[in-house]
Amino acid sequence: MYITKFSRLGAHVIKGLTRGETPTPRVQYTQFLYSRPLQDLKHRFFSSTAAGNAQEGGDEDKEKISVTFVDKDGEEKQIKVPIGMSMLEAAHENDIELEGACEGSLACSTCHVIVMDMEYYNKLEDPADEENDMLDLAFGLTETSRLGCQVIAKPELDGLRLALPAATRNFAVDGYKPKPH
Amino acid sequence: MAISRARAKQLFSRSISSVASNPLHVCVVGSGPAGFYTAEKMLKKHQGAEVDIVDRLPTPYGLVRSGVAPDHPETKIVTNQFSRVAQNERCSFIGNVSLGSSVSLTELREMYHVVVLAYGAESDRALGIPGEDLAGIHSAREFVWWYNGHPDCRYWSPDLKSTDTAVILGQGNVALDVARILLRPAAELATTDIASHALAALEESSIRKVYLVGRRGPVQAACTAKELREVLGIKDLHINIQEADLVKTPADEEELKNNRIHRRVYELLSKAAMSGPSHCYTGQRELHFVFFRNPDRFLDSDDRSGHVAGVRFEKTILKESAGSGKQVAVGTGQFEDFESRLVLKSIGYKSVPVDGLPFDANKGIVPNIGGRVLINSSGDHSQIEGVYVCGWLKRGPTGIIATNLYCAEETIASISEDLETVLAYATSLPKPGREGLLRLLESRNVKVIPFNAWEKIDIEEKRLGSLKNKPRDKLTTWGELLKVAL
Repeated sequence: MYITKFSRLGAHVIKGLTRGETPTPRVQYTQFLYSRPLQDLKHRFFSSTAAGNAQEGGDEDKEKISVTFVDKDGEEKQIKVPIGMSMLEAAHENDIELEGACEGSLACSTCHVIVMDMEYYNKLEDPADEENDMLDLAFGLTETSRLGCQVIAKPELDGLRLALPAATRNFAVDGYKPKPH
Repeated sequence: MAISRARAKQLFSRSISSVASNPLHVCVVGSGPAGFYTAEKMLKKHQGAEVDIVDRLPTPYGLVRSGVAPDHPETKIVTNQFSRVAQNERCSFIGNVSLGSSVSLTELREMYHVVVLAYGAESDRALGIPGEDLAGIHSAREFVWWYNGHPDCRYWSPDLKSTDTAVILGQGNVALDVARILLRPAAELATTDIASHALAALEESSIRKVYLVGRRGPVQAACTAKELREVLGIKDLHINIQEADLVKTPADEEELKNNRIHRRVYELLSKAAMSGPSHCYTGQRELHFVFFRNPDRFLDSDDRSGHVAGVRFEKTILKESAGSGKQVAVGTGQFEDFESRLVLKSIGYKSVPVDGLPFDANKGIVPNIGGRVLINSSGDHSQIEGVYVCGWLKRGPTGIIATNLYCAEETIASISEDLETVLAYATSLPKPGREGLLRLLESRNVKVIPFNAWEKIDIEEKRLGSLKNKPRDKLTTWGELLKVAL
């Protein structure tokens, strides 16, 4: 548990760095081109203390935003998310049941979240092709679906509400048919 | 009387009873995504459950290890999560145990309160057309197992040297994986966990032209955008798509309107057809998307050597099938031959039944409702007590890793409900569980591979890999695997 949390943080910090170097929209090509070297770095960062600083270090509340997760049964949980942290990491830090099979490397759709207010959805940068490729396969896709690993906390997102898709409802015995979008 | 009172007590205190007194013994057969997600959800939902995951291989993770392409390392990250499940103190991985030969389903049912079969689909659908058994025709599954170092395909090997053309039947993601492995520069694969024997063969491969053939059109292509984007982006690869094939009918437009995946796949194909040079230079590798062709027969070589020399296709057109609203390919009576000495059929996997398990040969699945195994696939809904299915064996060989998340959730919901009702009495009685299974296997001289023995394999493969600048160099024979593990 300890190690995986750090690995996630490590990957996140590195992603943040590469993003910082490129003013272009997130992921578009950075994620695509660097995905393999990033993997390597990520593993090297397992034991790095630098990775830990992003989260600890006495963050004040003004550097955090408030995000509400609404689970499959409609139960709400409000959490504080430090600026720069992805919703996938934030969910895991707060024991919210959001899967993250590929640990934020844009290779699965398990951290699918639904942005509940269109106003907030519009504050996000458009999903890159690679995120859309994964969203194609997400269960219960909606117009405001995103991958939790690609939604990064920023001040404008304070008050964000994210729903976890109630996917089991749509799951039929003879195989799931993706909902038209 | 004392006994019945004790039973009653157990019955009603199941939820709070400790693991030690009378745990709920659960056996999951198959350690791929369906098996691991089932185990994970079972452990989480039932604090009194002990879950054993058996696998016929000495290695866990099923198709994550032997199906996911070597150049998709991100997709394999999910094994971190699975290994945490295997290390849960109430969970055991027991490898090298084959359902049917090491232990029967009847025996598992005697030893465990609940048996969940999640052993997937280890065989292939057949086309059922003349010439299918000619040499040089393989299933894509074998090819995938071969490049992923599955021990059952270590000594299987496609001839990549005596021909320059390969025909792949099917246009799904497996077909695209196979095409990509054949066409990507071998140097780019050298730093992946591809099996060394496959890398060596691909380095010497003379295949430079691949046909990906589908019965229907670009609107119906079964692949996903990610895989398609990848194959279209291979360095120095000439892509050939007939522009005429991209013309859409009103029925196609309707289909696209309702399907985001198909819409995005179609857009990628059209873009690829419009861009890029129309001719390739000498020696350049080529990928041809061939639509509206249904394989009719395989052609024998002139010398009747028993080796395939080509495929005869019937051209098709699309017709709306009555009722379903779907468009199906129907033959036009026009034929066209493609020359090729290597044919890979990527038309679907197929599950294999075991003794004592009902099987719907038509659908290739175990008849079930929500994962509860039914006695037969006709209208009779009687259930086989304590036996469940998950994954491909339950719903057929489609979907992605994450599909199993929901599939497992559904099966676990059925089990949980049954534990309160039809299984309440049976589960109040103790069963031998893991201890019984291990005793039985020992008496049969089956060498089981626990998780820590797999970890020895894992460490050795990573060590071997580091010598070659690969994330891992897989051990690919039964002998090597068992030797390192035991």
